Amino acid sequence: MSEVTKSFGATRALSGVSFSVERGQIRALIGENGAGKSTLMKILAGVHRPDSGQMAVDGKPFAPRQAVDALRAGVAMIYQELNLAPHLSVEANIMLGQERRHAGWLRGRDNRRVARDALARLSQSDISLDAPVGQLPIAKQQLVEIARALASQARILVFDEPTSSLTETDTARLFAVMRDLRSTGLGIVYISHFLEEVAKIADVYTVLRDGRRVAEGQLTDATSADLARAMVGREITELFPHAPHEAGGPLLELTALSGADLPKGVDLTVRRGEIFGLAGLVGAGRSELVRAIYGLNAVRSGRVHVVRVGPAGHSPRASIARGVGFVSEDRKEEGLALGLSIADNLTLTNLGPYSRLGLLRLPKRRAAVAEWMARMECKAAGPEQTIGELSGGNQQKIAIARLLHQQADLLLLDEPTRGIDIGAKAQIYRLIGALAAEGKTIVFVSSYLPELMNVCDRIGVMCRGRLREIRNASDWTEERIMHVATGAAANENPHRTKVP
Amino acid sequence: MTAAFPPSTGGSDSSPAPTPGPVATHPALAVWSAIQPFVVLFVVVATFWLYGQVQRPDSPFLSSPRMATIAKQTAIVGMGALGMTVIIISGGIDLSAGAILALASVALAKTLADGMSPGMAVLVTLLLGCAAGVLNGLLVTGLRLVPFIVTLGNMLVFRGLAEQLARQQKITVEHSPSWIASLLDTPPVGSYRLMATGAWLVVLLAAIASLVMRYTIFGRHVYAIGSNEATARLCGVSVPRTKVIVYAIGGLFMAMAGIYSFSDLNSQGDPGAGLGLELDIIAAVVIGGGSLSGGRGSLLGSIIGALTMTTLRSGCVYVGVSDPIQKIIIGAIIIAAVSIDQLTQRRRRG
Repeated sequence: MSEVTKSFGATRALSGVSFSVERGQIRALIGENGAGKSTLMKILAGVHRPDSGQMAVDGKPFAPRQAVDALRAGVAMIYQELNLAPHLSVEANIMLGQERRHAGWLRGRDNRRVARDALARLSQSDISLDAPVGQLPIAKQQLVEIARALASQARILVFDEPTSSLTETDTARLFAVMRDLRSTGLGIVYISHFLEEVAKIADVYTVLRDGRRVAEGQLTDATSADLARAMVGREITELFPHAPHEAGGPLLELTALSGADLPKGVDLTVRRGEIFGLAGLVGAGRSELVRAIYGLNAVRSGRVHVVRVGPAGHSPRASIARGVGFVSEDRKEEGLALGLSIADNLTLTNLGPYSRLGLLRLPKRRAAVAEWMARMECKAAGPEQTIGELSGGNQQKIAIARLLHQQADLLLLDEPTRGIDIGAKAQIYRLIGALAAEGKTIVFVSSYLPELMNVCDRIGVMCRGRLREIRNASDWTEERIMHVATGAAANENPHRTKVP
Repeated sequence: MTAAFPPSTGGSDSSPAPTPGPVATHPALAVWSAIQPFVVLFVVVATFWLYGQVQRPDSPFLSSPRMATIAKQTAIVGMGALGMTVIIISGGIDLSAGAILALASVALAKTLADGMSPGMAVLVTLLLGCAAGVLNGLLVTGLRLVPFIVTLGNMLVFRGLAEQLARQQKITVEHSPSWIASLLDTPPVGSYRLMATGAWLVVLLAAIASLVMRYTIFGRHVYAIGSNEATARLCGVSVPRTKVIVYAIGGLFMAMAGIYSFSDLNSQGDPGAGLGLELDIIAAVVIGGGSLSGGRGSLLGSIIGALTMTTLRSGCVYVGVSDPIQKIIIGAIIIAAVSIDQLTQRRRRG
């Protein structure tokens, strides 16, 4: 791909970007959201056509006009959101669009053989060809999609954030598969935010910023800090700005809290003005814990007590009234109403100030929302813009602003930085620090350990529904957290919970 | 899980069970979802049979004339359900089904009355139904409108066409050929045919359509489009062409149902026929395990669904339930059947 340029109206999304991937090579393509990665992807996939510049595969010109063309030329995309037909079997999904046929009829045995071979190349022969794909775990679904690319004789695989919904173990497995594929001579393009992963898996890298290529080279010659600096255009130390804050008296008290399935018997006290981190693997019960506190998930036994307010409500509505706010980990499905405006999303939980006799006073609301947007440094056309049109980072700022707007004292943030770029992450970290300094209490669930360790005062680690261990953030190491989270530490001291 | 193990040689049967695969589907639930339509039908039949044994031992529910009547009444809804199933699997819906039926029945009557040869008249009728379906399909794919809206509009368009064609009157054909007139006639008691030719034809077509849906590229692509249209497009499936064919097939089956209706009304083309029938047809598909969000559905299941609906109607008459109560019962059973299905689906995923 050389000198590719693409403009949308007056915005130049890509200007003169070139990169190449060789056989048996993994090239990382990194950059913040809006840097031009998705545009580049879409050009490769034939969704958009470049305004100028050329692309070639194996020396042959490559100009896909639709997704199928890219596939036929040997370029296969593995998107972040998986492209599978959940009701169809593994075999049908792998062979979709490339069925072995005879006069319109399926050649059952041939199809099964090709699908089986593709799975075997991924060392996944244990996946049943007849299982409906929708019932497989997400990591296996992803492998089915890779198998489909292999069955289509793809020579270049493009992965878009493939690990964002995977656990550590599954990520490691995926990397092993990718290394295998590299050794069989495939060229792999790996698009990611996670610099640690890039360092682990890729051979060479290209950094995009504002639609331009700003850095390129061998990964052996670059540190994560170098890459981050190239991505953001500034020093990484600014990423975790520290706002001094002082923890006060207890605010949230959990006593032997158990949900329908998860969590199990959690005791916890979080203090006013404290940032409390919750670490653990996917399925450890972190989300279930904060959802139970908020009243979204049923509480089977135990008690949630908010000091000076009383027992927490058993519904989100009651929780909001008691000053408890929640940001969902699933921004698209649950956290925001993507089709509504910024103003609607921001004020949905607290329309009181703008209504008189049940009628909304829209100008007043618009002015207030504009102020909030300025305070949150949210880049958008205006309060009436549809929130789905914003970048993930700006969406998330509005999601958090909603809690502040509803005057929450206790903020339950479930993976608030998932899928947003480094610049927006830094802004959210700064915001969390500032809120703690104002005396707000934050419970911060995350799978990204560096942010927990740099932003939180204390971190609790969950494993199989139980809160295994709590320490000051400075007393944890990443290794120790993983040790506890994987249950390896369970036998050593099962009941060690330290409350300062 | 289907691997054949070598026969055990002696006492080594205590080897540990193979580790469960990644799919944690309870086999019983998988089986249940396939047989549920049959179970619902069985429960309905058994209920009326029991009622008969207790209340009316002189006239049992499962008499062969009654069963033949049920088979005949199922034929029209069942024929429509075949086409509707394919449409629903693709993630679509056809609200114009009843209107296509009326259009077809009028067209058949008109062509026969005008002296066209019966074979030709049937062919024209089928082509007309097909064309109506193609129009639905082209509007859905060409204008990128949701099928609900397109077929809602065409429901009126086709009904209007039928009325226009018939000049708002029923068209009676005096000398309709016997193979059309007797399509739904119940064979004499004791005949080896057991049920009407039309009913057998539904069974035959259901079998053929099942094979097509299972063993052809077309069938697989229909399931893929219903399950995840974006993926199907990405994988090079020609989504518009497949959809147009799907609606054409739907129209074809509705035209067949129109011919049945003509025969059922003693060789009369009625522009008012099949009013609201699309809802019965959709209900039959859904009771048979079809999902209105696409990707799921079975032709055999839909026939069983149609049979269930007819049996319920016939049973209510047998018991002597009034018409309003009958409606309430049938409505409740539709909701119950679908919610049981939803429940097991959720269990399978969870």
